[in-house]
Amino acid sequence: MRNIALFVPCYVDQLRPSVGLAALQLLEARGFSVAVPREQTCCGQPFLSAGATRDAARLAANFVRVFARYDAVVAPSGSCAAMLRKHLVQLVPGNEARGASERVYELCEFLATQGGADGTAAPLPSGEPPQRVALHASCHALRELRLGSPSETREPPRIDPARLLLERVPGLELVPLARPDECCGFGGVFAVAEEAVSCRMALDRLADHLAARAEFVTSTDVSCLIHLEGVARRRKLPLRVLHVAEILAANRCARP
Amino acid sequence: MREAVTEPDLDSMRGAQRGGVQRAERSELREHAQRAAAFVADEARTRWHDQALWFVRTKRDRAADAVPDWEALRSEAAAIKREALTQLPELWERFEVQAQKRGAVVHWARDATEHNAIVHELLRRHGARRVVKSKSMLTEECGLNEHLEARGIAVIDTDLGERIVQLRHEPPSHIVMPAIHLKKEEIGELFAREMGSAPGLSDPTALTRVARRDLRARFLAAQAGITGANFAVAESGGFVVVTNEGNADLGTTLPRLHIASIGLEKIVPRVTDLPVFLRLLARSATGQALSVYTSHYHGPMAADREQHIVVVDNGRSRLLAHPSFWEALACIRCGACLNTCPVYRRSGGHSYGVTVAGPIGSVLAPARDPKKHASLPYACSLCGSCSDVCPVKVPLHHQLLTWRGELAARGASGSLRAVFARIARRVMERPALFAFAGGAARVVGRALPAPWLARLTVPWTRGRELPELPRESFHTLYAKRRRASE
Repeated sequence: MRNIALFVPCYVDQLRPSVGLAALQLLEARGFSVAVPREQTCCGQPFLSAGATRDAARLAANFVRVFARYDAVVAPSGSCAAMLRKHLVQLVPGNEARGASERVYELCEFLATQGGADGTAAPLPSGEPPQRVALHASCHALRELRLGSPSETREPPRIDPARLLLERVPGLELVPLARPDECCGFGGVFAVAEEAVSCRMALDRLADHLAARAEFVTSTDVSCLIHLEGVARRRKLPLRVLHVAEILAANRCARP
Repeated sequence: MREAVTEPDLDSMRGAQRGGVQRAERSELREHAQRAAAFVADEARTRWHDQALWFVRTKRDRAADAVPDWEALRSEAAAIKREALTQLPELWERFEVQAQKRGAVVHWARDATEHNAIVHELLRRHGARRVVKSKSMLTEECGLNEHLEARGIAVIDTDLGERIVQLRHEPPSHIVMPAIHLKKEEIGELFAREMGSAPGLSDPTALTRVARRDLRARFLAAQAGITGANFAVAESGGFVVVTNEGNADLGTTLPRLHIASIGLEKIVPRVTDLPVFLRLLARSATGQALSVYTSHYHGPMAADREQHIVVVDNGRSRLLAHPSFWEALACIRCGACLNTCPVYRRSGGHSYGVTVAGPIGSVLAPARDPKKHASLPYACSLCGSCSDVCPVKVPLHHQLLTWRGELAARGASGSLRAVFARIARRVMERPALFAFAGGAARVVGRALPAPWLARLTVPWTRGRELPELPRESFHTLYAKRRRASE
C-alpha cells in the first residue's frame, strides 16, 4: 500500500496547520510517500450536522472525486474520518464512494495498524515529550469508528490506537481521567447553538484533567482541542492542548 | 410545557414557515438553548444535577458488569422489539382475544383526545370521583390529569416523584425519576406546606414516611386505579407494571375499577420475552438488578371487579411508517439515555419542554410537532453515548442527526441556517476561494484588537477564547516545504 494521501481537515488547514505537518512527518517517517491533493477542502461534516444535507453531499462528492484514486486516505481527525466512513455512502451513491469511504483511516488508527510502507513498524521520531498527559477521547473516534471501548458497552475490549502510540513515547506519563470518555461539548454546530451548555461541558472536562494533575490535554481531534483550549484560556487554567500527532512528531516548538 | 395533543399537518409547515415571522422562528430554534442557559447559570445546581445523574449512570455500569453477556442480552432485546414492531396489528389482535378471555375489556384510542374521553367515560360510569394513578408517561403525554380535573375528578399521582411534581404543578423532569431536579430540602418545604410536616425536615426516609401517611388515606378512599404498563404480552393477554414503591399494586388492589393505559409500542409476542426485558430494564434505569415490584396483570382480580385496557396510538403508527424513526418505538423508557446524556445532565429535563426529555424525547417530540420542537435535535453534541447505553439499541444520536436534515428539508428549522450553509458550501467547493477567504479572515483577525474580534465572534467568545490565528495555512506551509526540497 504505497499510494496514500493525507486529508487535511479545513479547520486544521486554517487554524492549526502544525497538526497537518506533524501528521505528514509521522507518515513520511514510516516510509510512505504521501500525496496532499490541493483540491481538497471540507468533508461536509459541519453541513451534515447542521441539517444542510444537500450541501454536505456536494462536498462529500468532491471528496470522492479528489481521493477515490488512493489506496488509503489518512485524516488527523477522528471526527472527519467518522463522517467519511459512516455517512459518506448515504450522501454519495455508487461504488466509487463506497470504496473511498472504506479506505479512510484516522491517523493513529493507521499508524498503529498499518505499520511502515515496507510492512514493518518504523520507530517514531524522538523528541522531548511532555510529562503528564491525559488523553481526551474523541467521541467520534471512539463511538463511531470504535477506536477503543466506549464505557457504556460491554463489548470485547479494544485498545485505543492513540493510547497505544502515546504509551510508547518514552518519558510521557498518561494519566487516567475519572470519566474516561465524557464529551468535551464541542459538537460542531452545538458549540454555538448551545453555547452555555457547551462551555459548561468543557469546564467539567477540564476539571477532570486538573484533578488528574495533567499538564497537557491531548486528543485525535483538533476541534475538541480548540474548544477546550478556548475555555481553559478564558478561565486561566494551567492546561495546554496538543494534538496526538504533535506529541508523536515532537514538533510542538515548530508551531507557526 | 405539555406536548401538543393535536397532530399538526407536516406539509402545511412548509408554506407557513416561508411567510412566518422571523423573530418567532428564531426563538423556537433556540428554545432549548435558552432554557438550558438559564439552568446552567446556577453553577452549583448544575454540578449537583450532573453528579446525581452520573452516579446513576455508574450504578448502571456496575449492574451491567454483573450480567455475564450484557451485549448479547441487548441484541436479543433489540431483535424482539423490532420483530414486534413489524407485526403490531397481529400482536394486538391476539392480545385482545386473550385479554377478553381473562375478563378484561380492551379499548382502542387513536389519539390523546380519544384516550382521555374513554377513561373519563369509564370513571363516570362507575361514579368515580377520586382516582389514584401510578406512574405513566403516556397519561402525562395525553394530559389526562388536566382532562379529568376539569371534569371534577381528583387524580392523585402515587409514585413519590410524580406526587412531588404534581404538588408543585410542574411536569416530571425525568421519565424514571420525575423529581430528580429537586433537592431534599425543597421537598421538605413542599411537604411542610402541603402535608403539614415539620418545617426544615430534609431526611429522605422521614420525608418518605410523611408522603406514605398522606398517600395511604388517598389509596383507601380511591374509587378507581389507573396504571400504565411496561409490557403487554400478546400470547397471554396480560401486562406487566414495574414499580419500586408498590404503589401500582396498592392502587389496583383496593378499588374495584382498574384502567391501564398502554402505548401501541409496548407489546411483546411471548411470555418468555419478558425476562430479557426485565433483566435490562431496572439495570439500565437505576442500576438495580430488578425493580422491587414486578406485577403481572391478567384480567380483573375478582368477580365484582373490572379491568379496562386502553391501547393508545397518538402518533405512534405514523412514527412506525418512518424509515429511520420507527426504531425509536423500541424504547422501553428506562431513562438510561437521559442519565448518560452530557447535555441532559447539564440542562435539566424541563429545558426540553416535553413529557419525555433527553435523547429519546428529542427524537419523539419533533414527530409530534416539528416546528415547536425544532431546537431539540440540536440539544445534542452527537457524542453517541445514548446509542451505546440504550438496552434496545435505538440509534438515538444518528436519529437526531437525521432529524436535523428532515427539519431543514421541511423548512422547520429556519431559513437563516440554510442560507448560511449554502454560502459556506459554495466557498468550500472552490479550494482557491476557500484559501483566499481563510487567509483574508486570518489577516483581519490578527489585525483587529482582541475585544473587537471577540465581539464579532459571539457566541463562540461568550465563554471561550478564539484560537490563536496562524500566519500561514497548512497548504501554504506545505507548498513552501515542497519548493524548498526541490
